[in-house]
Amino acid sequence: MMPVHSVSIKDLAVSFGSVDVLKDLNLDIADGEFLVLLGPSGCGKSTLLNCIAGLLDVSEGQIVIKGKNVTWDEPKDRGIGMVFQSYALYPQMTVEKNLSFGLRVAGLPKEEIAKRVAAAAEILQIGPLLQRKPGELSGGQRQRVAIGRALVRDVDVFLFDEPLSNLDAKLRSELRVEIKRLHHKLANTMIYVTHDQIEALTLADRIAVMKGGLIQQLDEPLTIYNKPRNLFVASFIGSPAMNFLKGEIVTQGAAPAFRSGDFVVSLDGYESQEPLTDGAEVIFGFRPEHVSINDTPGPADRSCAASVDIEEPMGSDSLIWLKIAGKPASVRTEAGRRFKPGDNVWLTFNPAMASVFDANTENRI
Amino acid sequence: MPNKRPFAPLRNFNAKVAAVPMIATVLVVFVGCTLWTVVYSFTSSRSLPVLDFVGFDQYERLFRTTRWNVALKNLAIYGVLSLVFSLVIGFILAALMDQKIRFENTFRTIFLYPHALSFIVTGLAWQWILAPTFGIQKVVRDLGFETFEFSLLTNSRYTIYAIVIAGLWQGTGLVMALMLAGLRTVDDEIWKAARVDGIPAWKTYVFIIIPMMRPVFVTTLVIIAAAIVKIYDLVVAMTNGGPGIASEVPAKYVYDLMFSRGNLGQGLAASTIMLTTVLIILVPWALMEFRPTNRKGGAK
Amino acid sequence: MSTRPSIGEPRGRKPKRFLSPASIMIYGILIVAAIYYLVPLYVMIMTSIKGMPEIRLGNIFSPPVEVTFQPWVTAWNSACTGLSCEGIKVGFFNSMKILIPSVIISIIVASVNGYALSNWRFKGSEFFFTALIFGAFIPYQVMLYPLVIITRELGIFGTLTGVIVIHTIFGMPILTLLFRNYFVSLPPELFKAARVDGAGFWRIFLQIMLPMSVPIFVVAVILQVTGIWNDFLFGVIFAGTKNFPMTVQLNNIVNSTQGVKEYNVNMAATILTGAVPLLVYFFSGKYFVRGIAAGAVKG
Repeated sequence: MMPVHSVSIKDLAVSFGSVDVLKDLNLDIADGEFLVLLGPSGCGKSTLLNCIAGLLDVSEGQIVIKGKNVTWDEPKDRGIGMVFQSYALYPQMTVEKNLSFGLRVAGLPKEEIAKRVAAAAEILQIGPLLQRKPGELSGGQRQRVAIGRALVRDVDVFLFDEPLSNLDAKLRSELRVEIKRLHHKLANTMIYVTHDQIEALTLADRIAVMKGGLIQQLDEPLTIYNKPRNLFVASFIGSPAMNFLKGEIVTQGAAPAFRSGDFVVSLDGYESQEPLTDGAEVIFGFRPEHVSINDTPGPADRSCAASVDIEEPMGSDSLIWLKIAGKPASVRTEAGRRFKPGDNVWLTFNPAMASVFDANTENRI
Repeated sequence: MPNKRPFAPLRNFNAKVAAVPMIATVLVVFVGCTLWTVVYSFTSSRSLPVLDFVGFDQYERLFRTTRWNVALKNLAIYGVLSLVFSLVIGFILAALMDQKIRFENTFRTIFLYPHALSFIVTGLAWQWILAPTFGIQKVVRDLGFETFEFSLLTNSRYTIYAIVIAGLWQGTGLVMALMLAGLRTVDDEIWKAARVDGIPAWKTYVFIIIPMMRPVFVTTLVIIAAAIVKIYDLVVAMTNGGPGIASEVPAKYVYDLMFSRGNLGQGLAASTIMLTTVLIILVPWALMEFRPTNRKGGAK
Repeated sequence: MSTRPSIGEPRGRKPKRFLSPASIMIYGILIVAAIYYLVPLYVMIMTSIKGMPEIRLGNIFSPPVEVTFQPWVTAWNSACTGLSCEGIKVGFFNSMKILIPSVIISIIVASVNGYALSNWRFKGSEFFFTALIFGAFIPYQVMLYPLVIITRELGIFGTLTGVIVIHTIFGMPILTLLFRNYFVSLPPELFKAARVDGAGFWRIFLQIMLPMSVPIFVVAVILQVTGIWNDFLFGVIFAGTKNFPMTVQLNNIVNSTQGVKEYNVNMAATILTGAVPLLVYFFSGKYFVRGIAAGAVKG
């Protein structure tokens, strides 16, 4: 028997006039899952969320929430709560009224409303703020109230539309942890839109990376990070970014290898999905932390000499910029090590952690 | 203003030169002329200003004059009706215009064009439409309703309402435009949040949007109110205060006393009353609006 | 139970009724309101192209049986004001003579002033600015008589100069507010960079600020053209009989008690007087709205 999905999206398409914002989109979200929709602005992630919420009409396809087809339902009838980037609190109402307004309009009994507001205030620790107005609250407090407004609706699915983007860096990381804690406590389904990959990686059970109205990859965070399915995902995820070299596949001894000019590195140990054919034009990608930097050469088939261009100490570690096969590349190393421009060093690659993409289709091979 | 730092007067010299017209206007016209009027309203001036103080005599006489009291009453009727209807109609039109309608620009152009016209033009146009022997009354009677009565301009009890109709025609578009601009500043996500909360559109307007737009309402109210006190051209064109003194208004009364009837003291007292009316509207608003900051004094 | 209903059930675009009750109500109210706003213009135009016999017999809403443009010619050339019978054209040219210098002078004065108030504040400048804005709310009647005395002493009462000065004075609050708010909204770095480069008060104004301020000057011109053209009070008091602007002439023509009333001529004259601001309005919609909205922006 198939599990009941919390949210199912089937063949969804949205277009405004002649512009297709979402195309042929299918997505199943499990009960209690934390799904992050990640992508650059204009990729359709907010559009998708608004469709799930019922704030936007779909052009094609269906949306099912908790086994109920809600494609044509009003937002309030979908069993969702939503948190917005600008908080969207009602400015002239106290926090308490903000939380209770929707419930009172729906005609819930007074005791029930009071109970729910108290519970939400307890969970979010906003009890002392209940009689204040949004204007008197800090950004973090406002966002907590906004989450509370979704909480009191007592729904199965929470939708977050870039909820932390208006906060400064410190508050953002604090609230990030709180949202994660909240998810553990409530165990309900959360769909979270962001353009911030750190939020995505830290919060998600699964991430859907989107671009041009299509889901590029839907996987667990570490899979997305380590085995990006195409060049876009590889370049979008990771900071500092993955390094890319353009070249071809050659055979070195018994194993395939990547060659770009004089630079050759063995791909022995790389789990390819397709056979690596000789002469195929490919893009070789490696993350800065997957290269080690040494004073002496490593194994001959996966090692090369390079000279340091410049170093960027970052406190917890350092980023060393050098040239590989004539192209600038970055390598991450421990914080204590210092390098001067012009220092000659040896780099050792780890083929198992590398990524190889077809140069034409830009898909992982 | 002289500055104590040695070279500062020279450094800001150009700015001060540029501000001379403003300073002169404020000191001579707004402060000087207003004070002059207030001071001379306490004198016995008739055709020429004389500094012979008689206390509140002019005011006592003023408020014993039927014509002035009619003018005040008309201003009150005109003011209340204009304020209420232009705010209500203006807001409703703006809210309807905000429903992502088609032809929004066409509607806006139509609602706002009267505002581009002179009150004289507006007054004459409505004088013609409401003229009993040619206008609406005659048209309806010709349709067979022989006893139809719509003679606002000749029935002295209703003339001021004719002026209200014309004034609303000219002014409501402005209110609509201001309200629409206010509605457009409301964050889209507020609307989304209200939909997710299941709040019907009208309740969203009443309980969320209108309270949010309080500053827009207050500012609009002050602007309309200040304009209402000044109402003059419209009455001159439409009825010239008639029939008799039925549609007299303070601004016209002041003008007549000063420039045609040579009773300066009365005119000045009446205009001081107008000033007081404006201050009663303006001061609370100013205290409310400029309370928090904005009191930094001169910048360095 | 399948989680992916493949057919049936709601799918795709939510069907919308072509004319839902809500949209009927919305468009219904808007159209009724639009008719109310358009009727006076329609009646004026219809009346102005009918002959007098037809007006006496017919109804003001019916289109003319026989179209005539004679009323327009009469209104322009030979309508009587009670003093003379030279038509509304006298007022038109008077209004132009008042309008053009008033608009230019008031905008120059206010733009320089607004610039000084935004970038070159001095001790007391904010005080005077606040006083200026509050001055805009004082009823004109309060200041009229002393101004008559002042202009008479200066020898400009009843002259074009007099009425131009008055328009410049009373245009100052709103225009200064407009320009000051605009200049404040420009990036201050621009002004600072120019000062570091050694540019002074006038050079920054003429070479940096002016080229960036075309839209606000357009708004100011529209505001002043419609405002001054539509003025009645200042024209009737300060301009002098031979310089009466078009609005005053119009009122004298229509409301003069002598002779037989020619309603068609009156309406033609009324439309002619309204034509200038109306044309400005129709050709500048967006800027016009900005101009009136500027009045609502607090300083």
